[in-house]
Amino acid sequence: MEERKYGRGVFLATVAAGVSSLAWGRSAWSHVSSALGGAEAFVPLVPGGGWRIYTVADHMPVFDPETWQLRVGGLVQEPLTLDYGALRALPRTNQVRTFHCVTGWTVQDVHWSGVHLTDLFDRVKPLPEAGAVQFVSAEVPYVDYLSLRQASLADVMLAYEMNGKPLPQEHGAPIRLVIPEMYGYKNVKWVSEIRLVRQPEDGYWEQLGYDRDAWVGRSNGYSS
Amino acid sequence: MRYVRRFSRTERVLHWVNAIGFFLLLATGLILYLPSLAADVGDRPTIKDIHFWGGIGWVAALVLVALLGDRRGLLRTAREIDGFSKQDLNWLRRRRPSEQGRFNAGQKLNASLTAAYLVLFFVSGMLLWAGERDTRFRFASTVILHDGLLYASLALLVGHLYLAVIHPATRHALRGMVTGTVREDWAHAHHPRWDVSD
Repeated sequence: MEERKYGRGVFLATVAAGVSSLAWGRSAWSHVSSALGGAEAFVPLVPGGGWRIYTVADHMPVFDPETWQLRVGGLVQEPLTLDYGALRALPRTNQVRTFHCVTGWTVQDVHWSGVHLTDLFDRVKPLPEAGAVQFVSAEVPYVDYLSLRQASLADVMLAYEMNGKPLPQEHGAPIRLVIPEMYGYKNVKWVSEIRLVRQPEDGYWEQLGYDRDAWVGRSNGYSS
Repeated sequence: MRYVRRFSRTERVLHWVNAIGFFLLLATGLILYLPSLAADVGDRPTIKDIHFWGGIGWVAALVLVALLGDRRGLLRTAREIDGFSKQDLNWLRRRRPSEQGRFNAGQKLNASLTAAYLVLFFVSGMLLWAGERDTRFRFASTVILHDGLLYASLALLVGHLYLAVIHPATRHALRGMVTGTVREDWAHAHHPRWDVSD
């Protein structure tokens, strides 16, 4: 009786399909999700709306509206400390953007509401020698930097609402930095302090080899 | 009641090491993957370490079992799984009553796919780890492959568990994977072409 070696065929074909998907997986996946379109609102293909929650510490910081404070200081004329109510009283801005993670996943149409960083800068008045902004997370030791020019881009904000609701704990409650043109690791969560400094330094992931200027599609080994 | 030997000790150890490794990686992987679990459990760095070293240990343990165990027997089993006869293809099409040997065609496919998923899990997992350290190993699709494998392997596992634990006609097979032997009359009914004297 004739036997065919389908066992190894199935094995090798599956391995080959999987390895080759490193080249086509992402574009195929974006076709599938856009083809499903609205259906995904009801049955998400990826649980958690496509988000993966990355943290670096033992515990996520806990937000207490009574005691929470945001300090804005460093090389400024008028250092400022805001409580949650004062933060919410600042001029509100909204935007709908795609969130890009450097590991390859994206979340489309995220609704952010918050305050422009430039509105904060207008209040604290950076000194002439200030060239960069340090964002300190309550999740120790996470920290990151933007140049003052990057931080002043029109779409950079401190977001306190996501998709119409107060920012959830795992997304950095009560505020996270949103700089849509850069990968997620620049979008510091649980921001507790903002300091104007002379120049940018390496943040948490940059010390581990990621690019300081994390432009989506133009950094970290990606080009498009 | 007479019993016949279906799985060697090496095969059973290999199976259960694979199962334990899979569930350890599944549990830690889901904590890393699902936002609600990640928020409840916390301590991502430790979970990440367990997931990474668990994956290394899983593959290393499988290789060790294969090397230290009955290699000749494993190779003979691999050849059985590799070879598909006309009866196997008919079994898959459900056109004829089963004329199956020690493994039916579904079990052969399950074994081949499980092995392929393991290789791909390992390769994509190592790429995720290496890509966090060096841009040369960073591909935008690695995470999609690793997550896709989760769904593919869960689908296979659900079918496997249904047949091995729930479905009355087939669940006796679990005894073979636990003790090594199955009832001779069951073997005759489900695997008529299996020469139990082997």
